Amino acid sequence: MSSRRVTDAAALLLVFSMAVSVLLVRKVDQLRAGATLQEVLYVSSPKLLKRLSLGYDGLVADVYWTRTVQYYGSMHHAGGGNYELLAPLLNITTQLDPHLIPAYEFGGTFLSAKPPQGAGLPQRAVELVEYGIRSNPDDWHLYYDLGFIYYMDLKDYPGAADAFLRGSQVPNAHPFMRILAAQMAEHGGEAQTARMLWSATYQTTHDDHVKANAAAHLRALQVDQDVADLEHVVEIYHQRTGRLPASFLDMASAGLLRGIPEDPLGKPYRLTSDGKVVVTDPDDLPFVENGLPSDYRDPAVPKILPAN
Amino acid sequence: MNPRIYYIATNTFREAVRDRVLYNLIAFALLLSGAAVLVGQVSIDIERLVVINLGLTAVSIFGIVIAIFIGIGLVAKEIDKKTLYTVLSRPVRRWEFIAGKFFGLAGTLVVNTTFMAIGVFAALLYVSHHLQASDSRILVALYFIVLQFVMITALALLFSAFSSPLLSAVFAFSLFVIGSFAEDLRGIASLTHGAAGWLETCVAYLVPNFSALNVISQVAHGEAVAPQLIAYNTAYALVYTVAVLAGTVLIFERRNLK
Repeated sequence: MSSRRVTDAAALLLVFSMAVSVLLVRKVDQLRAGATLQEVLYVSSPKLLKRLSLGYDGLVADVYWTRTVQYYGSMHHAGGGNYELLAPLLNITTQLDPHLIPAYEFGGTFLSAKPPQGAGLPQRAVELVEYGIRSNPDDWHLYYDLGFIYYMDLKDYPGAADAFLRGSQVPNAHPFMRILAAQMAEHGGEAQTARMLWSATYQTTHDDHVKANAAAHLRALQVDQDVADLEHVVEIYHQRTGRLPASFLDMASAGLLRGIPEDPLGKPYRLTSDGKVVVTDPDDLPFVENGLPSDYRDPAVPKILPAN
Repeated sequence: MNPRIYYIATNTFREAVRDRVLYNLIAFALLLSGAAVLVGQVSIDIERLVVINLGLTAVSIFGIVIAIFIGIGLVAKEIDKKTLYTVLSRPVRRWEFIAGKFFGLAGTLVVNTTFMAIGVFAALLYVSHHLQASDSRILVALYFIVLQFVMITALALLFSAFSSPLLSAVFAFSLFVIGSFAEDLRGIASLTHGAAGWLETCVAYLVPNFSALNVISQVAHGEAVAPQLIAYNTAYALVYTVAVLAGTVLIFERRNLK
């Protein structure tokens, strides 16, 4: 066999073998789905991992944070459910690198959010963010995140007010921290306060996903308010005429509305025969509490539209 | 097997076995297994775990070191000593030389691993006084370690075909470390979009997938390894090794040895 034929054969073999190896790796990955994450439990001691990392604990923390994001993403994509590895992964990540701020900010949200969006462990989220604050006392964002968890998931308004107040005392804290603390102390459970919090998140985040999530919550708050207002108008119409309106046009003709009301996405609201106001496309408006059709079921994974 | 490849492989095996460094490393591996026994005695209720973890890790690390440090010298040493010219002046093709060197070192590593495995089982027998049925899973972990050695040998040979021994060692060891995080790399690539994501995906599939070949923790905890995983890992290791050897032949055939 000439040298030329050998090199040609070797080149062909190289390309063919690499292509087959890619297919085999994909098969192996299917068999070992989540295996790398499961192995976390074998060495779950951050102290031991720190020693094993031979001083490269920052890099190992980055690897574990990436694994955490992958784990959360894969579980979330699969419709939520069991997030049992989330807390140990976050624990290892933050113990390896206590200054990894995104691990507290996003990790706290992953842990505290109700299933299927998150693990539904707000108390663990509080512990995580409190650890983050002890390790990074000068970062006001962590106090904000803590207040957010107290407010949204624990409904603990004094706790939220305290977190915002502590954060407001940090040098260079955003001025709205003091306002939030006051607002929380006086009007903890009101929709206006929730709107303020989500607006603050929307304005301060640099992450597109967080921004889109905040926008979705702001739209949901708007819909809840719109539906309550519109149903109040329906009630007025009922009192005046003794019957329920057949459509929004009836209410407009009676001078109670200026036209067909639209949701924040520009789609018209619908009026049911029993006088209830519902949104046209509930899938596009996750987190809405009022205005959902009676036979509507939430999708496993909420549809979050881009912020803009 | 082609008789020329067989002779080169046999000579490579003999040369490696005569190598004092090789003997030292085996002695170290056995010593580490012995240390596992001592650590096991001072631990509480994890003697077996420590012996299996430490023993298999020692087998893996020492084997990788042997594969890299012997593998990088396989071609370079022959060129330095001018013995390569003597070999190639006979009716031996360059690809046969590469194949013979590869099989010689792979055989050496299999023999080494066998001895080290005996040491691990002896240490396990010493701490628990009997072997359990689940201990047979250790053989799977050892088999996967041998597959790693085969791949690393091919990679060391690839680098030694065009680079200096020192750089070849650095490249081979770096690739071993990167390959141990191959699953993470693919995970990161799947989260990245656009040209960067495409590039990351290519790199992630190009590096050897050593992460799936490490089941030490799994078998130490008595967990079974799926037969399909054994089959796919075997196929993958062989196919990847063939690809790397094909690359080595490609480079070595074109290399100017004058």
